[in-house]
Amino acid sequence: MSEVTIANRITVKDFNAYYGEKHALKNINIDIPANKIMAMIGPSGCGKSTFLRSINRMNDLIENFKTDGKMMIDGKDVYDKNIDVTNLRRRVGMVFQKPNPFPKTIFENIAYGLRVNRLFKDKKELEEKIEKSLMEAGVWDEVKDDLDKSAFELSGGQQQRLCIARALVIKPEVILMDEPTASLDPISTAKIEELIQVLKKDYTIVIVTHNMQQAARVADKTAFFMLGEIIEYDETVKMFTKPGNKMTEDYITGRFG
Amino acid sequence: MDRQFDEELNVLKKDILKMAALVDEAISRAIKSLVERSDELALAVEEDDEQMDMLEIEIEKQCLELLARRQPIANDLRFVTSVMKINSDLERMGDLAANIAHKTRILIKYPLLKPLIDIPKMAETVRSMLKDSISALIENNSELARKIVERDTKVDGLYVQVFREVLTFMMQDSGNIKSGIELIMIAKHLERMADHITNIDEDIVYMVDAKTIKHDFEK
Repeated sequence: MSEVTIANRITVKDFNAYYGEKHALKNINIDIPANKIMAMIGPSGCGKSTFLRSINRMNDLIENFKTDGKMMIDGKDVYDKNIDVTNLRRRVGMVFQKPNPFPKTIFENIAYGLRVNRLFKDKKELEEKIEKSLMEAGVWDEVKDDLDKSAFELSGGQQQRLCIARALVIKPEVILMDEPTASLDPISTAKIEELIQVLKKDYTIVIVTHNMQQAARVADKTAFFMLGEIIEYDETVKMFTKPGNKMTEDYITGRFG
Repeated sequence: MDRQFDEELNVLKKDILKMAALVDEAISRAIKSLVERSDELALAVEEDDEQMDMLEIEIEKQCLELLARRQPIANDLRFVTSVMKINSDLERMGDLAANIAHKTRILIKYPLLKPLIDIPKMAETVRSMLKDSISALIENNSELARKIVERDTKVDGLYVQVFREVLTFMMQDSGNIKSGIELIMIAKHLERMADHITNIDEDIVYMVDAKTIKHDFEK
């Protein structure tokens, strides 16, 4: 089979991360292609969330956290001292385990990012962008008549899709998802998974999941992390039918430990 | 780690081995009925086919349940899907054994065309291939499975030999055609059995090594 070259959105070279003395990520080298979904799996404490949060420098806020090596988005090192971190986080959106809408109306939850980034000319454009992002996140039909209601009145699944809409509205290139369905019921989970599939057309998605079947269902590529290292990184189909590494096989089939 | 899931996989393995053992016995008895010209034994073989049919359904049910409830992946997935395929091949072999018994019951109404030499030899090869395949399955031995596949040509060769020989008898005397055709069909059934065993061994290689060796796709 011929190799098709796909542009890599994220390129990671000899990347290390430390929490003080603790070496949390060890010599990570991977490429994450654009417009694909990359899932990270591995036992708790293996470094997958640290890796995810290193992409948009969310770990900067942690004392004693430091990195070396390269974490590049579109060829630019995000740890370069000239990088504007606020701008980086606009380009790299994030969705968390528990839906975390602002204590504001549904409308204002989405409008917030547009306001702080000054991404609209007038009220009409603001409304259009809000509608579009809620549609993109597949939650428009459920909330269109309640835009002035508090976001807390929505169900957990709706709140999570609202948070995805909030991430989408400022047009990021990459969306990071840290166990985005961990607190959702199966139907809401299925909706989010469907949504992720649709979103990859326009975004590059990196997702941390503890649910092996979820990685198998949604991801194009899967990375297996253990003790701060990437043990295996390959096409998801290959990982789940014929993993190349015994440790991966033991972990994904539940024979681990 | 002890897991209920492993226990369920073990039950499945035991059942597929039981299926293989039943098929082996059916072949052995079918050929015995032919050699000994025993209508009684041939009838019993025909009737016992139902056991394998029922076990096939049971194994299929177990596999579907495991897929639905456990969503196996990696080596577990390869095991369950391979067992599903091996199950079908074994069941077809059971049918072929029952067919041989059926043909035997017709054949023994006619005088013996020639002494049976190559057909029992074919059956012996098929059974040894099947027995070794069972060992390969028990031991997850893909190397053995790959070697068994090579023996298929021996069975093919024997089939051609039987075909030519019986054809000569039929050409000499058209009265031999009826029993001649039955003999050729029996040999053909044995030849098909070796093909099914080849499939089984290809599945064992896939199960163990995650390599698709059929149709020379991978080494």
